Amino acid sequence: MDRIEKLVMASGIALLLVFFGAIVVAATSYGVDVPTCVTDRKPFTEGQAPFKTSDQPLRYEVHTVARMWMFDPPEITVPPGAEVDLYLSSADVVHGYYVEGTNINLMAVPGAVTYRRVKFDREGTYRILCHEYCGTAHHLMAGTIVVSSSPVEEQ
Amino acid sequence: MNGTLRLPVEPWARRLVLTEIIVPVVLLVLGIYAGLLQVLFRAGVIQAAEFAGWEYYQALTLHGVVNAVVFTTFFAVAFGNALVPYALGMKLPLRWAWVSGVTMLAGTLMAAWAILAGKASVLYTFYPPLMAHPLFYIGAALLIVGSWIAFFNWIPLYLRWRREHPGEKTPLAVVGMFATFIVWLIATLAVAIEVVVLLIPWSLGWTQEVNVPLARMLFWFFGHPLVYFWLLPAYTMYYTMLPRLAGGKLYSDKVGRLAFMLLILFSIPVGAHHQYTEPVVSSGSKLLHAFLTFAVALPSLMTAFTLAASLEYGARQRGARGLFDWMFKQPFFSTDAWLFSYMIAGLVIFIMGGISGIVNASYSMNLVVHNTSWIPGHFHLTVAGPVLLAFLGMSLHLVSTYAGKELRLKRLAVAVPYLWLVGVFVFSWGMMRGGLHGEPRRSNLGMSYLNPDSPFYHPEWKLYVTVAMIGGIVMTLAMIAYFVVFFATALSRRQREAAAEFPLSEAYHDEPAGALMNLRPWLIAAVVLIAIAYTPMVRDVVRGTFNNAPGYEPHNPAPVNQSEQLEESPSP
Ligand code: HEM
Ligand SMILES: [Cu+2]
Ligand SMILES: [Cu+2]
Repeated sequence: MDRIEKLVMASGIALLLVFFGAIVVAATSYGVDVPTCVTDRKPFTEGQAPFKTSDQPLRYEVHTVARMWMFDPPEITVPPGAEVDLYLSSADVVHGYYVEGTNINLMAVPGAVTYRRVKFDREGTYRILCHEYCGTAHHLMAGTIVVSSSPVEEQ
Repeated sequence: MNGTLRLPVEPWARRLVLTEIIVPVVLLVLGIYAGLLQVLFRAGVIQAAEFAGWEYYQALTLHGVVNAVVFTTFFAVAFGNALVPYALGMKLPLRWAWVSGVTMLAGTLMAAWAILAGKASVLYTFYPPLMAHPLFYIGAALLIVGSWIAFFNWIPLYLRWRREHPGEKTPLAVVGMFATFIVWLIATLAVAIEVVVLLIPWSLGWTQEVNVPLARMLFWFFGHPLVYFWLLPAYTMYYTMLPRLAGGKLYSDKVGRLAFMLLILFSIPVGAHHQYTEPVVSSGSKLLHAFLTFAVALPSLMTAFTLAASLEYGARQRGARGLFDWMFKQPFFSTDAWLFSYMIAGLVIFIMGGISGIVNASYSMNLVVHNTSWIPGHFHLTVAGPVLLAFLGMSLHLVSTYAGKELRLKRLAVAVPYLWLVGVFVFSWGMMRGGLHGEPRRSNLGMSYLNPDSPFYHPEWKLYVTVAMIGGIVMTLAMIAYFVVFFATALSRRQREAAAEFPLSEAYHDEPAGALMNLRPWLIAAVVLIAIAYTPMVRDVVRGTFNNAPGYEPHNPAPVNQSEQLEESPSP
């Protein structure tokens, strides 16, 4: 191999290492991470609207079940700044859970639980889309997240 | 081309290769039609569940299965059946080659029936617990087994060549095709286990439930190397033929060999990069697979350099000077070296495909694009870019040489890849931009988000889906032009003896291959790497899966076994 070829290879390796380094920094220092293996929660078949698990303000937990072809609960409301422990499970086939305009992008897989801690800063109404094919009416499967400072209504 | 070695082929070898080329091109007509329907549905031009008897997800299943699996697998086998014996100067052993071809054909017909009958609308990834008709899975298994037989048929040929040519370098074309099928063999073992052990008994009702995370792990063990199975025959053409078509030489033979070995090494232990957003797989495994994914980008970066250097060398021989002159002194529109246009257009598309692929691979960055329309936008720049165009060009070349016919409508043939390039760039821009704005993939948008009467109506996506539709129409026009050229050639009168004939390049730097001569250490390293990457994932699947799932038909929210029970029990 001649000199240029070695140079090309070395710079290719360096470039890829820089990319990878950026990912590791994002995950470790900024908490931009992906779901991991959850072993302490069993899959559930009933959803639960946001509820408090500790006295820390703005800390919530929500259980969402995806099933053909809806989310349970279909709509959730949290105050701005809420930090939500989101648990996601599927009651039938594989579904997607994607909150438009955010990095909340998860899969609901039967037999397992998906977990992410997510934060809602900006007020507004966000769409939840199912973005994995889950059967004939897949394109009609959606939900809503309302981030609003008006008091959370009890349903 | 002048000075290309022509080797006569036996009639039954000729018939085999021609069948394995013509059948998938005929199926591709259906696959492309489905693609056109998809852009019309998604743009809201068709606002219905089906059009002329084609349901959206049924058409999408056909589109993925035919274009990405059937067409590509048949092509790789046909290409290997022609190129491997040619490069070794030997004859293809016919018996097993035909067994392979017939097995693949039988499998394809079974799966095609299941899809067209509407009994397998599970998309080409067939994620359980969505359940298809058993013949869909059996057909897929037969297609895979048939392709293995084709590969096993070349091995004794190579071993005999090795004995007769001690110390000689294996022809690079053979290295390329063997790399293709080694990757394919290892990868398909996993999906064969998924299909044969988990899904076939389950779809036949012999087992009730299936472990979904396990099935997904096995699928993606296969799913990423699948894309290298598509790319490797194209790389083989780029390394062994493109320089010659451009009137030059391959810049470095050794770098070609190294690229192929690195692809064997790294293209398999990366499956979790399709599972970043999923439960069960731990984030540690995901990060490791992300790292290895970057490693597999390296051979592609090397390839980009070597090919550019080869093209530059050729152009300088023809008097190019200055820094950039060589880029334009290429036979872009030559009707003699018409195959060149298919390869160069594909390479230009691949620049964009490669860059967007790095985005997808980037772990947390994947959260922005996963399952949005960005993803199909990206991979139409890879599989429907360099792969498709290389395969289309070579299919024309094979039909013309193996049938002894002169290529018809050469000008039109040369226009096809550039028209496709324009179409696919426009299409992918629409898909990718829409994806960044949240547009989901695998969705009949005309029934919801792009339908003003629907409560889901989402007018912000109108621009992107419309652009994608315009691109998709241009792609369809390019394919219509291709089919005209292909069938005009295939149906024309024979003009000369059928012969195998490939424009193989010489190398400019033709150094001894050293450690690249011997496959074995690379294979062992590949297996070790797979063990390192997948052992923790198997452990995750065991720990993180709580229960198995019954099967569901796509149109029915009740599990298959329950709906059957309901039907059987007398009504109260
Ligand atoms: C006229 C040409 C084509 C058009 C207009 C087209 C259009 C599309 C569209 C709009 C989608 C996304 C559908 C959705 O996610 O809802 C798609 C998916 C896909 N296309 Fe194409 N396509 C074309 C040709 C091809 C070719 C030549 C290949 C492969 C060689 C290909 C491979 C695929 C694959 C693998 C998928 C993914 C299917 C899935 O998500 O299950 N396409 N195509
Ligand atoms: Cu869905
Ligand atoms: Cu991949």
